[in-house]
Amino acid sequence: MTDLNGKQEAVRNAIASLKDKPGALLPILHSVQDALGYIPAESIPEIAKALNLSRAEVHGVISFYHYFRETPPGKHTVHVCRAESCQAMGSKRLESHVKSKLGIDYHETTADGKFSLEPVYCLGLCARSPSMQIDDAVYGRVTDDRFDEIVNELETSL
Amino acid sequence: MSITVYVPSDSCAVSMGADQVAAAISKQAQNRGLEVNIVRNGSRGMYWLEPMVEVATAAGRVAYGPVQKSDVEGLFEADFLNGGAHELNLGLTEELDYFKRQQRLTFARVGITDPISLDDYIKHDGYRGLKNALAMNSADIVKHVTDSGLRGRGGAAFPTGIKWNTVLNTPAEQKYIICNADEGDSGTFSDRMIMEGDPFVLVEGMTIAGLGVGATQGYIYLRVEYPHAEETLNAAIAAAYEAGYLGDNILGSGHSFHLEVRIGAGAYVCGEETSLMESLEGKRGLVRFKPPLPAISGLFGKPTVVNNVISLASVPIILDKGGDYYRDFGMGRSRGTLPIQLSGNIKHPGLVESAFGLTLRELLYDFGGGSASGRPIRAVQVGGPLGSYMPESQFDTPLDYEAFSAIWAVLGHGGIVVFDDTVNMAEMARYSMEFCAVESCGKCTPCRIGSTRGTEVMDAIINGDNLSKNIPLLRDLCDTLLNGSLCALGGMTPYPVLSALNHFPEDFGGHDQANAA
Repeated sequence: MTDLNGKQEAVRNAIASLKDKPGALLPILHSVQDALGYIPAESIPEIAKALNLSRAEVHGVISFYHYFRETPPGKHTVHVCRAESCQAMGSKRLESHVKSKLGIDYHETTADGKFSLEPVYCLGLCARSPSMQIDDAVYGRVTDDRFDEIVNELETSL
Repeated sequence: MSITVYVPSDSCAVSMGADQVAAAISKQAQNRGLEVNIVRNGSRGMYWLEPMVEVATAAGRVAYGPVQKSDVEGLFEADFLNGGAHELNLGLTEELDYFKRQQRLTFARVGITDPISLDDYIKHDGYRGLKNALAMNSADIVKHVTDSGLRGRGGAAFPTGIKWNTVLNTPAEQKYIICNADEGDSGTFSDRMIMEGDPFVLVEGMTIAGLGVGATQGYIYLRVEYPHAEETLNAAIAAAYEAGYLGDNILGSGHSFHLEVRIGAGAYVCGEETSLMESLEGKRGLVRFKPPLPAISGLFGKPTVVNNVISLASVPIILDKGGDYYRDFGMGRSRGTLPIQLSGNIKHPGLVESAFGLTLRELLYDFGGGSASGRPIRAVQVGGPLGSYMPESQFDTPLDYEAFSAIWAVLGHGGIVVFDDTVNMAEMARYSMEFCAVESCGKCTPCRIGSTRGTEVMDAIINGDNLSKNIPLLRDLCDTLLNGSLCALGGMTPYPVLSALNHFPEDFGGHDQANAA
């Protein structure tokens, strides 16, 4: 199966299983992004057609929400919490450390495609600030050293 | 006989290594040929002790914490399965001062039961409220909620009974119950704790709401940042359907209620109820003009109850024990209990559920133990990113909606974020403007443009540029945001900004300029 076919299949499955729900667009977009890691531009016309929307409307929804992305993410996505509780416990320092360790800014992906970096406004782990999430795993009380340790471990497992 | 050991699956406990601890306990027990039954419970909310492992003994549950996986072998050596002495032994969980001093109504089961076990839920008084509700008519259900004095725990504090009554009295062929689980405020995590630690109480509360107003469909709009909560809620909903507590003909009563979790996509503004409904309808989360109220024309144009997680999770106990029972907690017009969340720079961060009326000082020092850094506490932000920054002179304010609004502060969702004296309040004011700019839905000009201009003006102030002009300009912008915005995002961003300026003028380039306007 070619990559293109794989993408088309994910999009078709999402549409087929969810299009009859009231307010189906967000569930469909989530399903596509869960399967592919992003929402490919070429899927927009198909989604629009299935929901009787214009392509502009679908694009407008994708671009409104911070979570949806139209480009493939790196192998691992690092979400650093920027909210007040984490700031009170030194997240600004951690943010600059993370950026310099990965060599990228927010919304960027490392050249080798291993890591993407995204800000998040509250993971609800405020009682153990500063916090972050990498893929599905959550981390509280993150220090510079602990971040390095986690990232080095992920690097060697790649 | 197997011994029951509790290791929280709460995501904040997991963020501190709870999964690894559970695995290590299971492995050690196996190696030693001991029978251990590990229950993944919610968190008791004493997060500085997480992962907190509890062992069921004849005397009660004995706590050990904070436990790391490297401690597990030593715990077995110390016979912790029988409550043995160890440096991490904290004694009986329910005798811990922080826990013992609380009044837990909404959180009665959190940290105690297995969150996804319906049997456990029922064994601990679950579904008693629904059973009472099934024997009443709609108006009586709503009357209990009205009598309880319950006000929306999401922030606006609107009386829940009045909202329900409006939906009840608006005729329509379809009505909806929406649970606003888009808890996006920094320093708040009580919704997350309920959803991860006792999801059935939310499911039960929504079912009762459905019976109360005549709605047969409910949606939980959950933020995408809470994948653990999604998993727990879906497991609870599936179990409730399976046992006939959800679906058509609930427990043979002839009433129906269906429930589904919908996931947001990282937009803070979707915590505003009209944006939330737009999002549920599959659109950009743009704020709607009000009126019409959602109670009259809400989701898909139908009458809709939109309540916060904690409001809905407080309903089962009201229907179980009666509106009067709940109303007898609290002070003034703030009735019942409020789950308060302590976070930021504090020694003992966690959840404290208590009747309204505790003061900030009691929370910060008696419960919280002062700052984590050991430095003086300089400012606390209460009620999320749109709440005021409060200086020490206001720490004796009791937790009460009216007492807070009297000093131009908000209690909101009960989140308290603590800052020590290293904080720069001008930087925090700048952050509030930046946050508003990032999260604005863009529909109204004061919020969309005002927040971007506000960030620029704050940059100039931080640089010390032309303060005599820029500080009045900041106040003027705040006035426009406050009075001209469509919703609370733009309308409340001035709270953190102006409170920082008013209470901490020295961080804005000196007293004179800041107080000139």
